[in-house]
Amino acid sequence: MRYLPLTPDDRAAMLAAVSASSIDDLFVDVPAAARLSGPIEGLPAHASELAVERHMAALSRQSHAAGDGPFFLGAGAYRHHVPASVDHLIQRGEFLTAYTPYQPEIAQGTLQMLFEFQSQVARLLGTDVANASMYDGSTACWEAIVMARRVTRRSKALLSTGLHPHYRSVARTMAKYTGDSLVDGDPSLEAGTDWAALAAAVDKETSCVVVQYPDILGRIDDMRALAAACQAAGALLVAVVTEPVALGLIQSPGEMGADIVVGEGQSIGVGLQFGGPYVGLFACKSKYVRQMPGRLCGETVDANGKRGFVLTLSTREQHIRREKATSNICTNSGLCALAFSIHMTLLGEAGLRRLAAINHGRAKAAAAELAKVPGVSVLNRGFFNEFTLLLPVEARPVIHALAEKGILGGVSLGRLYPDNAGLANGLIVAVTETVTEEDIAAFAAALKEVLA
Amino acid sequence: MTALNSAGWRPEMNAGGADDTTTFTGNRALMLEEPLLFEIGSTGTTGVDFDEDAPAADLGALARSAPIGLPGLSESETVRHYTRLSRQNYAIDLGLFPLGSCTMKHNPRLNEKVARMPGFADVHPLQPQETVQGAYAVIHELAEWLITLTGMHSVAMSPKAGAHGELCGVLCIKAALEARGEDRRVLLVPESAHGTNPATAAFAGFAVEDIPATPEGRVDLAALKARLGPDVAGVMITNPNTCGLFERDMKAISDAVHAVGGYVYCDGANFNAIVGRVRPGDLGVDAMHINLHKTFSTPHGGGGPGSGPVVLSAALAPFAPLPFVTKDGESFRLIEEENAGEDHPKTFGRMTAFHGQMGMFTRALAYMLSHGADGLKQVAEDAVLNANYLLRSLDDVLDAPFGASGPCMHEALFSDRGLAEGFSTLDIAKGLIDEGYHPMTVFFPLVVHGAMLVEPTETESKAVLDQFIGALRSIALRAKNGDPALKSAPHFAPRARLDETLAARRPVLSWSDGAAGD
Ligand SMILES: Cc1ncc(COP(=O)(O)O)c(C=O)c1O
Repeated sequence: MRYLPLTPDDRAAMLAAVSASSIDDLFVDVPAAARLSGPIEGLPAHASELAVERHMAALSRQSHAAGDGPFFLGAGAYRHHVPASVDHLIQRGEFLTAYTPYQPEIAQGTLQMLFEFQSQVARLLGTDVANASMYDGSTACWEAIVMARRVTRRSKALLSTGLHPHYRSVARTMAKYTGDSLVDGDPSLEAGTDWAALAAAVDKETSCVVVQYPDILGRIDDMRALAAACQAAGALLVAVVTEPVALGLIQSPGEMGADIVVGEGQSIGVGLQFGGPYVGLFACKSKYVRQMPGRLCGETVDANGKRGFVLTLSTREQHIRREKATSNICTNSGLCALAFSIHMTLLGEAGLRRLAAINHGRAKAAAAELAKVPGVSVLNRGFFNEFTLLLPVEARPVIHALAEKGILGGVSLGRLYPDNAGLANGLIVAVTETVTEEDIAAFAAALKEVLA
Repeated sequence: MTALNSAGWRPEMNAGGADDTTTFTGNRALMLEEPLLFEIGSTGTTGVDFDEDAPAADLGALARSAPIGLPGLSESETVRHYTRLSRQNYAIDLGLFPLGSCTMKHNPRLNEKVARMPGFADVHPLQPQETVQGAYAVIHELAEWLITLTGMHSVAMSPKAGAHGELCGVLCIKAALEARGEDRRVLLVPESAHGTNPATAAFAGFAVEDIPATPEGRVDLAALKARLGPDVAGVMITNPNTCGLFERDMKAISDAVHAVGGYVYCDGANFNAIVGRVRPGDLGVDAMHINLHKTFSTPHGGGGPGSGPVVLSAALAPFAPLPFVTKDGESFRLIEEENAGEDHPKTFGRMTAFHGQMGMFTRALAYMLSHGADGLKQVAEDAVLNANYLLRSLDDVLDAPFGASGPCMHEALFSDRGLAEGFSTLDIAKGLIDEGYHPMTVFFPLVVHGAMLVEPTETESKAVLDQFIGALRSIALRAKNGDPALKSAPHFAPRARLDETLAARRPVLSWSDGAAGD
């Protein structure tokens, strides 16, 4: 077996050194009744690199990859171009095959990178501090609700109807068992989010209001008034960003007064990967830092006075505080955070702004083209790179008909809200820099055909 | 931008007279200092070319006006920045990384290649189901391997890491109790458990109580039985446990817990020691997470990502989270909110946005296919042999608190007993750094004073182990003899010991231009 260096002679010598007559002697503590003898049944024997590669390549070919044709899906995961150097650098063995930097003297590469990542994320989201990553946007969102409960000692969270329905599901799952109370609902295609009602609903029991920006339908709204209402009632405003590229063009939630900003960092550096691994972003005002979940990297000096970085404020974490920890997270999304950070470094502010503008321009062009299809209209007044189409028929069968024509035409609201017939005609369309004019034309033409 | 190199040499460092190891740059030949991105980049620089100009936006009052403060670098500078940073890291690719409980084994590069195939890497989680059959096939095939290897009823694939898997298992227990109309509040967790176990139990709303251990380092069955009762929802037991020992009484523990209506959660982070030798399903386990990033070698990536599928007993399977893949004849289908009412009505719900860690699934499956049933068994055997070899080659110079409890499994545990006054486990760890090794896990498990948990894994050769044994023996002797040079180790690393107290007292968590601090 190519990954196992011990030779039969080594094994014999080592068994002798530990006074075992056979390997079975080392498994004596496994009760005889449960001990397996012989190879595990029902599984194949070892295979060569070539054979494994062939098997996996055959499976890969059974999917229609996003790059195989026109592609317009978003709704929490976005297809952006990732420069080749990102994937090269994250495969440096010193990054790829290291772990959590528990021994800072020999982990300054990871630690400095995390410090840079935290700084980039905090600036992008408009907050003071960010942590070293969470699993993904949806788990970061629940952690923010839990953190708001800790900060305010209240346990009612109001979820805006524009929050991603899967993020809302994750929160519901958890709240069912933690005793938190959630006020939530589906978005409406007839009207925008009722910000005044949301602000009016904030009361003395409210721990936080959770809003997504841009929201699940692609709408972008000013959250300043809501931030003020939260502050007046002693509640926190939690903003969720699932498409961070947008923040190259629109104001950050932190600037608008959000107390905690969480997000999905996938769209910068990480790639679609069928939903994971992604990278949860978690940031907040510095006054709440001791209530944050997850790892934090901080600056310090070494015994010779040289600047260096360490994991810090660990008394929040499970390995020190156990059942009193702020979260149970241990392994996070380090390598995806690195990919995010490298891609953000390559972009820089100028590149990010330009990328965002290109996305926005391309999306506007697509919206205009698609709105020309008979019976189709665009729901949004404002949007970044994602908008919702209203079709004259249910969107789900349309999606499948488009797929048959080789076009992946967006995410139907019917898939996201299967129980809400009122949303069935909605189709979320995302348009990034990877979409060409030809793709847009092909989509519009195919949509016209399918609807005819 | 800071002049010269703020991370290395500064004029005041020569104040006491330059020694012959001081250089102008702060570099020492191949040991290269690297400033922060924020010290070398600028917001106007970009390493990405675009084919078109930015069109005008019409975002009204929401348009970004203030600067963001994100520095950029050209591609050449970017490659150099991260390459130089990478060289300040220790990694498995450089040598033995015996971090106990973390299973730092070789990460095969075939798996990296496979994970990047477009049918896995370039597919969207919400694509129409008929367009992602290959991705579903991977998830399903991996699930079958996990079920077969563990002898369990089914598996929940979506948990994002071990701790998230624990949460999944514990929520299944909650849901199962609720379905029975019972409100049991207590989960019993041994003190030797990983911190995520009690943290998870609390995160899910359980009260945590300790399970006593025997002097030989295993669960005290009699004491456990005495505590069991109608308020106990279940136990969380790590097997093999964090002292590196197999819980001989696991089946009896499970039977006792089941007899009073509780459930058995097994922390399977150490499953790598027993793959192919024993199946948790035969020991009465109800739920167990498997860390694909440990047992099945998906890379740890400087802290993550991981992946923590949870195998489930028939009793808990009905409560498993959404979404999951099922096979109908020749094609695959997703069970999600829409059809759960019909196909999986008792689910506790969704615990992450999408399907889990696809990028880890492809790597783990490639790893399993490469080893096969025969190779995986050999993996466990070699891991256990390597650990026992270390244990018995060191237990005359380092105290092995459970050395008399029988063979260890995949990791060897030592304590700081017998070190000279003023010397601790930390000094041994830092000494190992100078010898070119990543230290073992230190101060865990908490049940052993100054714990040192050494996990060599199966991907180390005998020659590597022999050299490590020699190095650790020499450091142990230095610590016993009170060698003062050990107290200031490491001497040859990119940094000397770092001031963690300062970092926590005055947290600087983000770069700020000008004044220090944030
Ligand atoms: C015994 C044990 N349990 C649980 C965990 C948690 O796993 P993860 O870090 O993937 O969340 C770990 C490792 O970190 C562990 O060693």
